[in-house]
Amino acid sequence: MRMQEILILKIVVRFVIPFIQVYGFYVITAGHLSPGGGFAGGTIVAASMVLYALTFDASQGLEKLSHERASLFESLGAIWYVALGFLGILVGGNFLTNGQIGIPLGTPGYLISGGLIPLLSFGIGIKVAVTVVSLYYSLVEED
Amino acid sequence: MAEALAALGQNYFFYYALILFMVGFYTTLSHSNILKKIIGINIMETSIFLFFVALGYVEGGQAPIMGRGAEGGPYMNPLPSALILTGIVVSVSITAFALALMVKLYHFYGTLDADEIVMLRGERQ
Amino acid sequence: MMRQIIPFFLTLVLGAALLLVVAEMPPFGDINNPAHNVVSERYLNQGVRETGAQNIVTAIITDYRAYDTLGEVTVLFAAIAAVLTVLNRLRLGVICPEDRERGLTDEDAGDPDTEDSC
Repeated sequence: MRMQEILILKIVVRFVIPFIQVYGFYVITAGHLSPGGGFAGGTIVAASMVLYALTFDASQGLEKLSHERASLFESLGAIWYVALGFLGILVGGNFLTNGQIGIPLGTPGYLISGGLIPLLSFGIGIKVAVTVVSLYYSLVEED
Repeated sequence: MAEALAALGQNYFFYYALILFMVGFYTTLSHSNILKKIIGINIMETSIFLFFVALGYVEGGQAPIMGRGAEGGPYMNPLPSALILTGIVVSVSITAFALALMVKLYHFYGTLDADEIVMLRGERQ
Repeated sequence: MMRQIIPFFLTLVLGAALLLVVAEMPPFGDINNPAHNVVSERYLNQGVRETGAQNIVTAIITDYRAYDTLGEVTVLFAAIAAVLTVLNRLRLGVICPEDRERGLTDEDAGDPDTEDSC
């Protein structure tokens, strides 16, 4: 009985996780067009990975995203954000400026618009997702 | 006095945040289990977010998204929603750190009860 | 018993104080409230033209107040660093005194077999 329940759960989760992740990345990339953004989408992506670790095992989840890879992605997210900020200083404007330093803003309403905003959202999304997942792993490993 | 009563009747939306804050406050104070204290603090934080976001409401306004279908009418105030994001992030970080400290306390004392921990500390000294 | 009664009365006092604050609040949802000042008006009127983003909340958090968001990213970074520091000391290269008595050296730090909290 218990085996069968676990089998159903595992198969359903295997089907559901890609959809959750695609939705999470949609929320991240369309953050400047619709409700959402880096923080919300990153949390959705993190929820999919936590779901994987809950259904299978924390050790199997750690194989997908080890601590070393997690810290790499986390640092990359933060450095990506700061580097995009220094882009403004390199061109001759202020830190983290967008439109004033001549970055093309595009047509409002299209996916490629808003200058640096989608790129910054992507960095925030990666950072938030990896942070929440590794917080979960580090708390769950401890028991 | 009449003005205050009229304001109390008009602003009944804020009562939800108020009740939530009281629930969190009571939970934090009345339980000696540290995990329940953390849950109470989280409930209080949620009530603050609810109150702050509710300040940006405009009667009959639209969501502040200027896409197709936006008629240019009154919009909700986007500023409280943007500012409270900082609060949510700090809340998540503080909860994670508190849980980590709680795990360490459980390893050290073998219990999560705050009163028992105080007693154990007294015995050690 | 006292553990429940005293917090209950404290909560009632707090609720009364908060009710006094609610009585002083401006009308809920009124467009003339002090919260809807010139700042949010500027964001709503000029946001799409200045940032190219339809969603004004995203425009605020990643363009107008992007420095604020950098602070949030830093807070998340500090939180994960603090949690990892509190929970896993061996992975940071710290050897506990008991482990040193057991014959472990600094080279064993980070080895999952010897991972044990002090």
